[in-house]
Amino acid sequence: MALNDKSRNEAALKAITANRLRDGEVIFLAPGPNLGWVERLDDAALFEDAAAADTALAAAKAQAEDEQFAVDVYAFDLRVTDGQRVPVKTRERIRALGPTVRIDLGKQAAA
Amino acid sequence: MNHIAPGRNAGVYSYDDIDRRFVTERVEQFRAQVERRLSGELTEDEFKPLRLMNGLYLQLHAYMLRIAVPYGVLTARQLRKLAEIGRKYDKGYGHFTTRQNLQFNWIKLEDTPAILHELAEVDMHALQTSGNCVRNVTTDQFVGAARDEVVDGRVYAEILRQWTTLHPEFTFLPRKFKIAIMGSDADRAAIRVHDVGVFAKRNERGEVGFTFYVGGGLGRSPFIGKLIRDWVPEEDFVAYLEAILRVYNQYGRRDNIYKARIKILVHELGQEKFTQEVEEEFARLRGPKYRLAPEVVDEIRRRFGGPAFETLTDEPESFQAAKAANPDFARWVAVNVLAHKVPGYAAATISLKPAGGIPGDATSEQMELIADLADAHSFGELRVSHAQNLVLAHVRQDALFTLWTALEANGLGTPNAGLIGDIIACPGLDYCALANARSIPLAQAISARFADPARQQTIGELGIKISGCINACGHHHVGAIGILGVDKKGEEFYQITVGGDPTLTTAIGDILGPAVTADETVDAIEAIVEVYLSNRHDGERFIDTLKRVGHGPFKERVYAAH
Ligand code: HEM
Ligand code: SF4
Repeated sequence: MALNDKSRNEAALKAITANRLRDGEVIFLAPGPNLGWVERLDDAALFEDAAAADTALAAAKAQAEDEQFAVDVYAFDLRVTDGQRVPVKTRERIRALGPTVRIDLGKQAAA
Repeated sequence: MNHIAPGRNAGVYSYDDIDRRFVTERVEQFRAQVERRLSGELTEDEFKPLRLMNGLYLQLHAYMLRIAVPYGVLTARQLRKLAEIGRKYDKGYGHFTTRQNLQFNWIKLEDTPAILHELAEVDMHALQTSGNCVRNVTTDQFVGAARDEVVDGRVYAEILRQWTTLHPEFTFLPRKFKIAIMGSDADRAAIRVHDVGVFAKRNERGEVGFTFYVGGGLGRSPFIGKLIRDWVPEEDFVAYLEAILRVYNQYGRRDNIYKARIKILVHELGQEKFTQEVEEEFARLRGPKYRLAPEVVDEIRRRFGGPAFETLTDEPESFQAAKAANPDFARWVAVNVLAHKVPGYAAATISLKPAGGIPGDATSEQMELIADLADAHSFGELRVSHAQNLVLAHVRQDALFTLWTALEANGLGTPNAGLIGDIIACPGLDYCALANARSIPLAQAISARFADPARQQTIGELGIKISGCINACGHHHVGAIGILGVDKKGEEFYQITVGGDPTLTTAIGDILGPAVTADETVDAIEAIVEVYLSNRHDGERFIDTLKRVGHGPFKERVYAAH
């Protein structure tokens, strides 16, 4: 992960994330109509247009509110570079992978 | 339950049944709250304040549990329990913080009641580590040991802990409230950057009294605490503090989180008016209810016990011979070991800052080793320092070599206490939900750049402190060199300040110039050090040279390439 990413002005996709209530695990909204959730960004649903992302986000928030299983549901920007999904913000890259100072921890450890 | 026998761990406050029942009841109360949250009966909005009251935050990767280490003092048994929790419920390590607490970064909400229950077994908890209450009272990591100590600050910190825990008026203050107390002729607890900083001292008759500084604090608007009273007699200690908190509770702003701290109140009312309000409240309060009776103080002091020191002499032969035969040991002694008030003993700092390491992190194995060393060499107790190190406070000088050998073999013998490698760093963007930039990688890169212990010793006393955002958890404002992470259009940048001072001569550092990238920051630190070394007079510390020559030469060198 480069310390500062200069290519962040390229067109971005969106994904939806949250923390799972019972253990705090970072989760992502999965593709498909059933509002499922996955632990890895690679398996997450990607949204090309903002309106679709907004709709999915609203549904995901309503579901989380209803079923009380996730907190802090929000959408973030990412790009696909060389087939890799890379969040635009360092914060989201760290959430998706794990701490940059302990690559033996977080989701990156199992990669 | 198998509790600590009173007096077994000399110098550590021992709980009685009332203390234990209270903590256990709180654990059960929280267990029920967690169950209601998991079943969906409570919403996050309802639950969040309840979990925060038990030290549980949600961070980037998981929940973070902040465990209270009252005034930084722990028993070996408690540290072993923390190691066990780290292994069982976290990822095999813990992080010691600038508030002398311990944080676990990978906690599951559903495990939290079990963790708190296990903590209660060793008289520990996570109360008052979060929320708008009186937080863990911090003090000198050498309390009860330092040769320059005048008053044992632990006793009064414990009195404050008991006074403020569950105090109905102080559970919902306008904002969090931090108190630090010092009982030596030096300031090792940064008391003037706390909401209330207390200096315990003695008058000519040997009576204990207190000097109060109020309204210090870092964060978005840093302020240095102002002297509001030079001498509060011991019996009025609680009354005076209560008066301060009442004035704050009454006038402190609740409409704006950024203006809610007492530092803003003191600043806006002015030192004189604020002091007058406190004095008036104090005059009303003073009386039997608030009088701190000498018997109470004696009882608390008794419950700390006292190490059974032997009659020894300083600098025993074996110690001198070990130093002569082993220069690395001699260096560690010169840098990490402090004179003790009892002859033949010493206080040893265990650095949690190996070159290239993560400041304040300790693995479960390291915690267990240190617990064993505390049992073997320091009456079964140890301390957490606000600089994120551990301290064995009462080591026989003739045992120092054995101690050092064990530490050295486990990556814990770094001789850098107070030197450039002893960097304070908050978790920053690697863990923290509020961060703008990472702090830890910078600390690692700088400590690796200055890894050579001889060079560090040549540079001498120089504190680098790093925060990942303006909240200043890493105390960057009072670093001789401070580094603040800032976000510039989604990129991590770092602002360098110089001239901060956390001791009684408190100073907030000045910004050196425009923020730079992480790589440039490491070079900038190197440049600053070079300018210092080429300008310093004999025996002059970094901040003294800086004061004498001004920012000019430093700024010039750092920004020469720009
Ligand atoms: C869950 C992670 C953390 C959060 C959410 C957090 C939040 C904050 C906030 C909001 C402030 C600003 C308070 C104010 O001035 O109004 C602050 C200050 C502070 N925090 Fe943290 N912090 C976190 C972790 C830490 C850690 C790891 C440490 C110790 C290494 C720490 C120690 C401090 C200290 C010493 C201050 C000083 C500012 C002051 O109150 O004068 N915090 N923190
Ligand atoms: S200073 Fe900011 S980034 Fe660092 S721990 Fe505090 S809140 Fe987080």
